[in-house]
Amino acid sequence: MNQQGRPTKPGDAIAIAPKTFTGNRALRIEEALIFEIGRLEVTGVDLDEPAAFAPRLGDLERKDPIGLPGLAEPEAVRHYVRLSRMNYGIDTGVFPLGSCTMKHNPRLNEKMARLPGFGDIHPLQPQSTVPGATALIAELSRWLCELTGMPAVALSPKAGAHGELCGMMAIKAALAARGEARSVVLVPESAHGTNPATAALLGYRVEAVPARPDGSVDPEEVRKHLSSDVAAIMLTNPNTCGLFESDVVAIAEAVHAVGAYFYADGANFNAIVGKVRPGDLGVDAMHINLHKTFSTPHGGGGPGAGPVVLSAALAPFAPLPHVTVNAQGVRLVEHAGEAGDAKPFGRMCAFHGQMGMFVRAMSYMLAHGADGMRQASEDAVLNANYVRAGLRDLMSLPFGDRPCMHEVLFDDHWLEGTGVSTLDFAKAMIDEGYHPMTMYFPLVVHGAMLIEPTESESKASLDLFIAALRDLAMAAKRGDTARFSGAPYYAPRRRLDETRAARSPVLRWMRPAAQKEAAE
Amino acid sequence: MRYLPLTPDDRTEMLARIGVRDIDDLFADVPADKRLKALPDLPLVKGEMEVERALSRMAARNVAAGSVPFFVGCGAYKHHVPASVDHLIQRSEFLTSYTPYQPEIAQGTLHYLFEFQTQVALLTGMEVANASMYDGSTATAEAVLMAHRVTRRKKAVLAGNLHPHYRETVETISAMSDHEVVARPPAPAGEQDILTAIDNETSCVVVQTPDVYGHLHDLRPIAAKAHAVGALLVAVVTEIVSLGAVTSPGEMGADIVVAEGQSIGNALSFGGPYVGLFASRTKYVRQMPGRLVGETVDVEGQRGFVLTLSTREQHIRREKATSNICTNSGLCTLAFTIHMSLLGEAGLRRLARVNHANAVALSDALGQVPRVRVLNDTFFNEFTIRVPGDAAAVIEKLAVKGVLGGVPASRLDPDRPELRDLIIVAATEVNTEDDRAAYVRALKEVLA
Repeated sequence: MNQQGRPTKPGDAIAIAPKTFTGNRALRIEEALIFEIGRLEVTGVDLDEPAAFAPRLGDLERKDPIGLPGLAEPEAVRHYVRLSRMNYGIDTGVFPLGSCTMKHNPRLNEKMARLPGFGDIHPLQPQSTVPGATALIAELSRWLCELTGMPAVALSPKAGAHGELCGMMAIKAALAARGEARSVVLVPESAHGTNPATAALLGYRVEAVPARPDGSVDPEEVRKHLSSDVAAIMLTNPNTCGLFESDVVAIAEAVHAVGAYFYADGANFNAIVGKVRPGDLGVDAMHINLHKTFSTPHGGGGPGAGPVVLSAALAPFAPLPHVTVNAQGVRLVEHAGEAGDAKPFGRMCAFHGQMGMFVRAMSYMLAHGADGMRQASEDAVLNANYVRAGLRDLMSLPFGDRPCMHEVLFDDHWLEGTGVSTLDFAKAMIDEGYHPMTMYFPLVVHGAMLIEPTESESKASLDLFIAALRDLAMAAKRGDTARFSGAPYYAPRRRLDETRAARSPVLRWMRPAAQKEAAE
Repeated sequence: MRYLPLTPDDRTEMLARIGVRDIDDLFADVPADKRLKALPDLPLVKGEMEVERALSRMAARNVAAGSVPFFVGCGAYKHHVPASVDHLIQRSEFLTSYTPYQPEIAQGTLHYLFEFQTQVALLTGMEVANASMYDGSTATAEAVLMAHRVTRRKKAVLAGNLHPHYRETVETISAMSDHEVVARPPAPAGEQDILTAIDNETSCVVVQTPDVYGHLHDLRPIAAKAHAVGALLVAVVTEIVSLGAVTSPGEMGADIVVAEGQSIGNALSFGGPYVGLFASRTKYVRQMPGRLVGETVDVEGQRGFVLTLSTREQHIRREKATSNICTNSGLCTLAFTIHMSLLGEAGLRRLARVNHANAVALSDALGQVPRVRVLNDTFFNEFTIRVPGDAAAVIEKLAVKGVLGGVPASRLDPDRPELRDLIIVAATEVNTEDDRAAYVRALKEVLA
């Protein structure tokens, strides 16, 4: 369309936006469920009907319709593209979600994982046909061991919490091999919820260790809880307050002195890669979230990957399968009978782990190299401290104005009397075009706001972020509560009724008639 | 370094603003004697081309499934995935988003998860499904733990033809959490004896159908026996496409259905990442592990979706949670949902018929090879053949001839000599008449 001669002038526009017929707002388009737009007879996949044949399904052939709607390809593409536009991602803007490490996901990683030689190989095809896959696993193992200073790694765990489970199982197996059945696991109060959940899953009684006023764990406090009944301590380092546990070596020594093991939650390993190695600090097991430190995509909640590095004491108990490297080459050990002197405690899952994530992590590591990874950690720490410096006069730091690691923790002390809560503040950030920080975690701080900018943000991006948060903070302090209590105003949805969702759960679509029946 | 936007000048300026002289001042809490003095002993930064070259060289050493006649299954299947699926899951807003804890700006994820939950419930014949687990094997282990919570019992009975990796996954967590497992011996001919193992201490019976050898099982008698003693029936499906042709476990009385969803939307990728499906009866929903998405409205009354019933989960309940799981299979779940939306009822049923037809044609063809016997009376797209001698050696020789002919049963269960001459063979829509002919020809040569 030729617009020449018909330029729009702001003065022509009416100030108040009218409602639209569709409910859409230009680029923001409402979308129904596939069950409301698809049809049973439509398909977006063309396949030839097979020639007549005699089925071998016995008497188990499915007779009734399943009820699955189909979409033609253009409909499906439009549906999911529209849905994607209701999401915020790292590629959209600053995603300062503390403890989650929302760093840039290099697209080279995606390309490499899709090479047919990685993406299109079967876990049970003969090992002789996948030497490149076992070589990649061996190479990834070498890098992870070198970066952590640990002698062995179990690669199969599928996510961080699965890695925790694996590490704690190795500890339980090592204790059993010593003829011991200990019953207590120590977990600092600042730990991720997965730590106590993992310990409890394995039958351990969880004892909480309180934090010192400066947010760190006190070795004296740990010693008070230690006994010959303690199996392990699960310690996150750097911890969830964004601080490096300065007494970690003393804690490790105390734990080892009673014959217990040191499990490190490696969720925050990204702060220290190339700076210090967990193996040099007395760690016995640590999971590594490849989707945090090594940039594999979070993908809206997964898939993750949680390899676990193990000390010499725990290495013999690593689960199956694992790779061994010797003069004969690289071999995937899948069964206890092939494991030699090792005493694998069992199997975490079918097949060999998250190969697709291994390739992506390898691609990230090769790209950065040792120097690039150290720089990434330094930049992550620098960026977090820059945010701290930019906000410390307006927001409250629970542990005083001291350097943090890759994330900075504020509490809600500074919001007292404003009528604005941490939640309100976070929701107002959405209107400013930012993903909120982690809030109300860690639990040791009141109204916690945990900000992790990552190394992916430029200085200009951080300057704008800091300016926006300062503006919000000042608005809160001067009593502009409307900006907070109703936020977000500009997101695809306003605040949602979570109480209603939990009280009368609607967990799937039902035909309107069936819905009515179910209600009656 | 191309992924790091800060310049040296930026860094200097930022350190000054923070009020420290050197970056290492920010690492002051790290014990000085433990700090690395030198870089780790690893290569240095590489450009995109170099990384691509190094990884492509590794990848090229592997035989890709799509490059040969390919008949390998046993819990992971080579299917055709429409090009649009992989394109859509790489949309930035899906790829680079987080767990949808901020629902106002995560409706895309929550909306498709609600669709996914509905698709899984329909397929399995169950009332509710969660937003996915890591994979089929871990979903099975979680199902067993859930059954223990529901029944307040501690003993699981596993059918002999449960995938051995699944069995080992269940056995491992059970041994570690003080639960009992009774695993029945494998029955490659299909006649599993399981009813006699069910007693009133049994919390659940775990049965796979189609089983690892490909046989289909009518779950109704097992459900009846289980329910009579107060136990739950956990049905396991490792080839989800089968539910396009076979009666759903829900219809046959299963209380929990777990499945591997890789076949729909997801690449083989040497075993992961995959997507675990988890469905059950509504009355057990508060004992379910994993995330659940529910429908609600926002303050303007607009329909929206949120994570719900999270009081089951570790971030709220800590050591009292139903599971320690903290993730789902996000993007793999999305791939499943999109592929299933493209297929729809008509497409899925046809896909299942083509798979079954190709498997029937393959079993007929392999059954004609001298000294080869097909063990199955019933199957969907996978069956077991008995060959003379060591099946693993046969598979290796076939591979040398450029045919990936299946999984020797000994690969999964090496300690059972009675399984040494068995090959588990899968056929899907990707196999052509030529592929089958190549397999028959190669097998004849190998066995000659």
